[in-house]
Amino acid sequence: MEAEIKEKIVSMEKPHMEAPPDWQPVIMGILCNWCSYAGSDLTGTSRIQYPPNIRIIRVPCSSRVDPWFIIKSLQTIADGVLISGCHPGDCHYISGNYYARRRFLVTKKLLNFVGFHENRVQFSWVSAAEGAKFAKVVTKVTEDIRKLGPLHLYKKENS
Amino acid sequence: MARVGVFVCFCGANIADFVDVPAVTEEAKKIKEVKYAIEYKYMCSDPGQQMIRDAIVQHRLTSVVVAACSPRMHEKTFRKALSDAGMNPYLLEVANIREHSSWVHQKDKKAATEKASDLIRMAVAKSIANEQLHEISVPVTKRALVIGGGIAGIQAALDIADARIPVVLVEKSPSIGGRMAQLDETFPTLDCSQCILTPKMVDVASHPFIELLPYSEVMELDGYVGNYKAKIKRKASYVNFDTCTGCGACWQKCPVKVPNEFNMGIDKRKAIYSPFPQAVPNKPVIDAEHCTMLLKGKCGICAKVCEKGSIDYTMQDEIVEREIGAVVVATGYDLWDPSPYEEYGVGRYKDIITSLEFERMVSANGPTGGVPVRPSDGKVPKRVVFIKCVGSRDEAKGIEYCSKICCMYTAKHAILLHHKVHDSHAYIFYMDIRAAGKGYEEFVKRAQVETGATYLRGRVSKIYKKGENLMVRGEDAQLGQVVEVEADLVVLATAIYPYKDNPDLARLLGISYDKYGYLSEAHPKLRPVETAKAGIYLAGCTQAPKDIPDTVAQASAAAAKVCGLFAGDTLKKDPMISTVNTEFCTGCQNCVTVCPYQAIVTEEIPLGHGSKEMRIVAKVNEGVCQGCGSCVAICRSMAIDLAGFTDMQIINEIVSI
Repeated sequence: MEAEIKEKIVSMEKPHMEAPPDWQPVIMGILCNWCSYAGSDLTGTSRIQYPPNIRIIRVPCSSRVDPWFIIKSLQTIADGVLISGCHPGDCHYISGNYYARRRFLVTKKLLNFVGFHENRVQFSWVSAAEGAKFAKVVTKVTEDIRKLGPLHLYKKENS
Repeated sequence: MARVGVFVCFCGANIADFVDVPAVTEEAKKIKEVKYAIEYKYMCSDPGQQMIRDAIVQHRLTSVVVAACSPRMHEKTFRKALSDAGMNPYLLEVANIREHSSWVHQKDKKAATEKASDLIRMAVAKSIANEQLHEISVPVTKRALVIGGGIAGIQAALDIADARIPVVLVEKSPSIGGRMAQLDETFPTLDCSQCILTPKMVDVASHPFIELLPYSEVMELDGYVGNYKAKIKRKASYVNFDTCTGCGACWQKCPVKVPNEFNMGIDKRKAIYSPFPQAVPNKPVIDAEHCTMLLKGKCGICAKVCEKGSIDYTMQDEIVEREIGAVVVATGYDLWDPSPYEEYGVGRYKDIITSLEFERMVSANGPTGGVPVRPSDGKVPKRVVFIKCVGSRDEAKGIEYCSKICCMYTAKHAILLHHKVHDSHAYIFYMDIRAAGKGYEEFVKRAQVETGATYLRGRVSKIYKKGENLMVRGEDAQLGQVVEVEADLVVLATAIYPYKDNPDLARLLGISYDKYGYLSEAHPKLRPVETAKAGIYLAGCTQAPKDIPDTVAQASAAAAKVCGLFAGDTLKKDPMISTVNTEFCTGCQNCVTVCPYQAIVTEEIPLGHGSKEMRIVAKVNEGVCQGCGSCVAICRSMAIDLAGFTDMQIINEIVSI
């Protein structure tokens, strides 16, 4: 039974159609204000380049991220979602990122269960001093999503 | 119907070189709700802000989007522009098209332009859901609590009290003074520690604005910035401080002897004791763990000899409450336990002591009358080996950080040893000499020249017994050879370490601490005195290892923060906090669990209009809430929302592109 489900999940993540040649993935980035958003600002100030596919939303803390936001992003425009918060132990709000981490783990399991590839939604820790790391993370996520292909193809396939 | 104004900034060439600004403006005009869009060279300049102000009035805008640099940069500037035009400042949204677009996609103008348009679309969508918010005013109790009566706490208390703000100073031991009172002379000037400290201690005791609570501990801290309520345990001293004159008859006659903490256990004190002669307050307390009268009900000598009848064996711990507005935490440091250094024979050889034990020995009021002696036979040592970085900078056995003061006090110890025992010689094993500070390098040089101490760069690998003496085997890295030094006494410069109850205190206060137990500052560079919790400040070694000048400076800084906090009649607070819609709240209290600030409490409201039956709902304490939004994401009935980052605002952003 489990193997069967797994097989189905894998089959759902195989593109059924070729992506259009000019296709660019859209990634929704939800960043906490104190670490990751500040880190992404530093990426800018340091003029470190990364792929232009990410659209950034600022939230006070990664614990503010409702799984709803992730699902809504995937439902509408995004091919992938990146959530980034302060490093564990560095949360501006003492313990918010721990809640975010747990909540995210569960969300990710659910998304995997319903057939999303685990790379569609990713989580990272970027501090306010890690401008270079932010660029690296975005580049990696963008490439991961690019490999997976456009999400709307699956949606059409499933509906 | 929303009427949004979009203002796109060129930021000189910063944005305009990599993003097609006029095209972005045109794109913004196509958004249904956008009634006005314009670009300008520098939106943050006065004329730029004037454009915003004029447009708000002319076009009857309901919200404003500025597409420019990061909101972390100029959000405040533009909010002010909105207020000046008579608009609620929180109707502003900033689209970050500089840090998030023009600066990071410099090779692809088309993509950068598209992204900038998207970011504006998102900001417009969010701004439509923006609500008018108002700064929150919180009343403030102008009284400060200082925890810890060492030099940090003393300095902070005096500075705050000098600003005519009442201070409650809580010290857990019977006297204030802390570690500094244990020191003999202080680097780099060699002035006597007691001579510069005790006048300050007396000032504390006599200051009309300071309430000194010695032999007390903070048990609870409730409330929020400006409105804390502290429960303080006054431990039973069994001595009536009001009548006691501190004559000392009781401790002279007390028959029970206990190792003396103040002298690092080198000598004994009595069960009724005052820790040192200059103690403030100079009143004895009874150590309940050792007093035979309290343990077995026999003895009572102190009560018999006390002319004033101040001894009261029936005294109980007492809890007092104080309303306070701000807290300065200055709990100081402990010494790291060097027992992992088994190769040094710590614990096996009596003649290996810690630097603080050495400090007490060379102190004029110390247990040996100011002369260092060997613990094993009481002889005066001639050859003393000092080992630095015992615990510090040693990931394998100790801790990673540098304790900061050991280089300096070891140089001081070499000088003190030379002063007390003229024909002695000091050998100092060191890793580096870190003497950054005013007059510090000169002081180390002075120690080397004046005492002729042998500085050996290298680590000690083994200490073993040879006859009555100790052989110290180490490496002289500069000569690249093994050296052995015969020593009469070995002094370990053990690392500074936070008190082991620091984490408990941190939890009680609701602030964070690091993996060692040091209390964490809000920002390591720009907010080194504040904690992440508003109204709680740090001073001294409770935050990180520090020398006396740095400690005093931080204490004064903390005091300045407290005075600043108390400058107005009320505190202004950001309105971006959570609010509960009681209609939807089911009273599950998940939000109560996740709130890191205990800002959510429960209240009972009638089940329906006029109903006598009650139900429980969540309630946010405006003063405490910091606006993280944990509660919003956990709420299953969507009853709680975060102003400024509402579900509606964020979902609008998501669906806008």
